[in-house]
Amino acid sequence: MTAMMSIDPATLPAQVLPEVQLRVDGVSKRFGGVTAVESVSMDVVKGQILSVIGPNGAGKTSLLNMISGFYQPNTGKVMLGGKDITARRPSEIAEMGIARTFQNIALFSGLTVLDNLMLGRHVRMKSGVLSSILYWGPAMREEIRHREACEEIIDFLKLQDLRKVQTSALAYGLRKRVELGRALALEPSLLLLDEPMGGMNQDEKEDMARYILDVNQERGITIVLIEHDMGVVMDISDRVVVLDRGRKIAEGTPAEVQSSPAVISAYLGVKK
Amino acid sequence: MGSMKEELEFLFSLVVSGVSIGLMYSLIALGFVLVYKATDAINFAQGEFVMLAGFFATSALTLKGMPILAALLFAIIAMVAMSFALERIVLRPLLGRPVISVIMATIGLAAILRGLPPITIGAQTKALVLPIPDTPINFGPATIPPIQLLGVTVSLVFLAGFTWFFMKSRMGVAMRAVADNQQVAMAMGINVERYFAIAWAMAGVVSALGGIIWGSMLGVDTQLALVGLKVFPVVILGGLDSIIGAVLGGLIVGTVESLAAGYLDPLVGGGTKDFAPYVLMIVMLMFKPYGMFGKHKIERI
Repeated sequence: MTAMMSIDPATLPAQVLPEVQLRVDGVSKRFGGVTAVESVSMDVVKGQILSVIGPNGAGKTSLLNMISGFYQPNTGKVMLGGKDITARRPSEIAEMGIARTFQNIALFSGLTVLDNLMLGRHVRMKSGVLSSILYWGPAMREEIRHREACEEIIDFLKLQDLRKVQTSALAYGLRKRVELGRALALEPSLLLLDEPMGGMNQDEKEDMARYILDVNQERGITIVLIEHDMGVVMDISDRVVVLDRGRKIAEGTPAEVQSSPAVISAYLGVKK
Repeated sequence: MGSMKEELEFLFSLVVSGVSIGLMYSLIALGFVLVYKATDAINFAQGEFVMLAGFFATSALTLKGMPILAALLFAIIAMVAMSFALERIVLRPLLGRPVISVIMATIGLAAILRGLPPITIGAQTKALVLPIPDTPINFGPATIPPIQLLGVTVSLVFLAGFTWFFMKSRMGVAMRAVADNQQVAMAMGINVERYFAIAWAMAGVVSALGGIIWGSMLGVDTQLALVGLKVFPVVILGGLDSIIGAVLGGLIVGTVESLAAGYLDPLVGGGTKDFAPYVLMIVMLMFKPYGMFGKHKIERI
């Protein structure tokens, strides 16, 4: 019997060995005298959904802003696939395949749904200024290709009837969905979602949770999710990181985190 | 009092002149709108840009003895280069600062630019003669100088071109996205600073054309910068970020000016032409602060 149990690691399929796609290594961010994030480290494994939770002001969004290049950490590093991206600009980080959404909906409000999605493809557009203005030859073929990619996302998110609608005219839940679509249009390998279900009703939340799972499973996109709804987080996450007042206080599977005394005390304010 | 027919002909010629001058204001206002639309910066030096373009053209013509077309091209290229440089040196460091900093910087810039010609090539008025005929063209009872017709044509071509650019071209849409929300545009991988530079360069081209046309009409000296003052009623009426607003604002300001000059000036002894557009501007600010076509900005507090 024991002979059957022993497995040679070399015969394991490759995906069993976790590949770290994003490594956050001891990052801190201070604003004046306030420390928003204090030496937080975490590994995001390729193909997984990692959720970052914590009370208000725990530093979740600041952490996301450091990954996407909006904030420069005071200490620590952010590595994408082994490459140091700490000092890169947001537009460069987007080009490397990290897309994000924002806590307060941040669509381009004067533009249509389709224009918003096409702008998501900005980093994938290659042809030069002149040919794009003249709109001929390669530029036209490229435009068609990008349009097809956007149509695929429109089908996926069921936005068919809204292509030409200005986003300012859309209902709240739909706008969040368009913002997800715009992030997908970038064809990211890593997607950062900042409270994608904030302010939604239960039906909208369930829809969004399904879309997030589909994005992860069918498209193989790694996801870092900030979310307040514990039910959703526990349902869909592979791993959970808990922040409190800028520090990481727990990390593990949803079940492990839920039973952690430190987490219970941070959320319920129980004295240690 | 003349006959009814004479009265109507007088009115008609005032309107024709107002419309053509108005469209030439629109061209200058377009430079202002382009910068505001993309970068949120209010450029109080727009008139000085126009003046400087006139000086570039006349200097190339008289000092260097360039042929006219080469001189005009030189003025355009010089204005693009100068706009790039000013954006890079003066305005980019002010990114993210309060609006008042940018306004004060452009006012300071205006004063400096106005001081440049007198200390380099002298303050006297220089003629900028374009190779077009002098004889006025008849429009029924109204006449219009060929330079104005050229100005109207150039204005219409550029206004239409930029409307298309912002509505349809990928770069134009990206520029609107940058204007809408810089942070999000960055997250989309859009190089925001590059688009700022492009917007200023486009404003440089438009200012150069404005300087050439207005310069050849009024002569080139520091007074040419005063044309820029007409930009404010135009953009307040039309909306700071609207190209179609710049067109309509220009038409209204031009027409109101012309009618004031024709009907009010003889009664009060002159001067109403210059302040009538501002009366309109203040009324507009009271009732519709975003202009006819301006975008309302609602900010979450």
